[in-house]
Amino acid sequence: MDADRIGRTLTRIAHEILERNRGVAELGLVGIRTRGVPIARRLARAIAEINKHEVPTGALDITLYRDDLMRHAVGPQPVVRSTEIPFSIDDKKILLVDDVLYTGRTIRAALDALIDFGRPKSIQLVVLVDRGHRELPIKPDYVGKNLPTALSQSVQVHLQEVDGRDEVEILES
Amino acid sequence: MKDLLAISDLSGEEIKLILDTAEAMQEIGERPIKKVPTLRGKTVVNLFYEPSTRTRTSFEIAEKRLSADTLNIAVAASSVLKGETLADTAMNIEAMAPDMIVLRHPSSGACHLLARLCRSRIINAGDGMHEHPTQALLDAFTIRERKGRIEGLKITIVGDLLHSRVLRSNIELLTKLGAEVCACGPRTLIPTGLERHGVTVSTSVDEAVAGADVIMMLRIQQERMQGAFFPSVREYFQTFGMTTARVARAKADVIIMHPGPMNRGVEIASDVADGPYSVILEQVANGVAVRMAVLYLLAGGAEASD
Repeated sequence: MDADRIGRTLTRIAHEILERNRGVAELGLVGIRTRGVPIARRLARAIAEINKHEVPTGALDITLYRDDLMRHAVGPQPVVRSTEIPFSIDDKKILLVDDVLYTGRTIRAALDALIDFGRPKSIQLVVLVDRGHRELPIKPDYVGKNLPTALSQSVQVHLQEVDGRDEVEILES
Repeated sequence: MKDLLAISDLSGEEIKLILDTAEAMQEIGERPIKKVPTLRGKTVVNLFYEPSTRTRTSFEIAEKRLSADTLNIAVAASSVLKGETLADTAMNIEAMAPDMIVLRHPSSGACHLLARLCRSRIINAGDGMHEHPTQALLDAFTIRERKGRIEGLKITIVGDLLHSRVLRSNIELLTKLGAEVCACGPRTLIPTGLERHGVTVSTSVDEAVAGADVIMMLRIQQERMQGAFFPSVREYFQTFGMTTARVARAKADVIIMHPGPMNRGVEIASDVADGPYSVILEQVANGVAVRMAVLYLLAGGAEASD
């Protein structure tokens, strides 16, 4: 996927979000760090362009909720970054945003983390790429692109805000 | 890193990692549910051989916010009174397989002894007159939060320099991060060799505080003083006590710090301690986030070289 494709895809998802959720007032976007955050902000911009409504946007760091934190005997702890959700998620329809959906373990951790902030009305999952190989019963509500991959491959999303360019690539390892 | 024994063991990079992690931890304390599951199933023993309110409470809150199982051993109610040695107490606790031990002890080096004897991670919560690393880390965190940086700041530390483990940890940390440190106190309470750590030493408070960005007060530790180090508490306050007039000599945006417990009217005047420049209670608040960061970072896998 190149920059144009990513742009069109996010506009399409913004339309789908509006179609499925009447009443944007209840919506809230939460991006999972690192690359879910700029995607969430772009979706907020796309929604604002369509219907002039600013959807509140936050950033969630799931490091402290990971299920593999204490499993490794060797190696330093992953870096914890801050969670910033500047609005109450109570009774909101939360759109949880990430770049790549793979095993589903990140989303599991994110759901646990979100619930600690309140009781949203619903949580919907937005991903730019779904690469398959789920290990948990988790299903996205909005998908930018389904990318069938082999386990040996890895999917790398690059975003302007983080990496200086927009691109999705599949790497052989 | 297996243990946190002293700031002198840490690199500048490691200190920055702890402070950055603490910044992320701070937000957890502002949530409706102030708890994350990170240390679920880990056992942390708080072993305190000296009285402590702030440090012990702060560690316990930090441990609980990370979901660790905590237990406190206050020596006043333990077998230490029956003559058990530190090593024996530690080995017995170790036999029950805790993951971390937080130790406060009146002898310098007690934590190093425990670190050699135990497989558990050891965190130094103050050992004698040696170091108090988490205090220095929370001080640095507070300075960075208020000033945006540590490098290049003029930081004046005033008080009982001789008996202070807070001073030793702070000198290590602040000089490592590039601050200009000035230590000031009565000649009888200045340890030898401070200059070798890149610290300016002064016996005049008025000179030492001039142009300071940060004034850090140290407690007069009468419980550690065997002998007369100064004529009277009254005279100490006259000569070294932090008063509004002395604060006025520092920079206009100076912050006043104190690791607690404070002796009001001895090293610090009440109107300074409670005044607009004081960040003393912020230090206490930040202590929890900093200790969470330390607990989190130590709980991971040890480096292969350990």
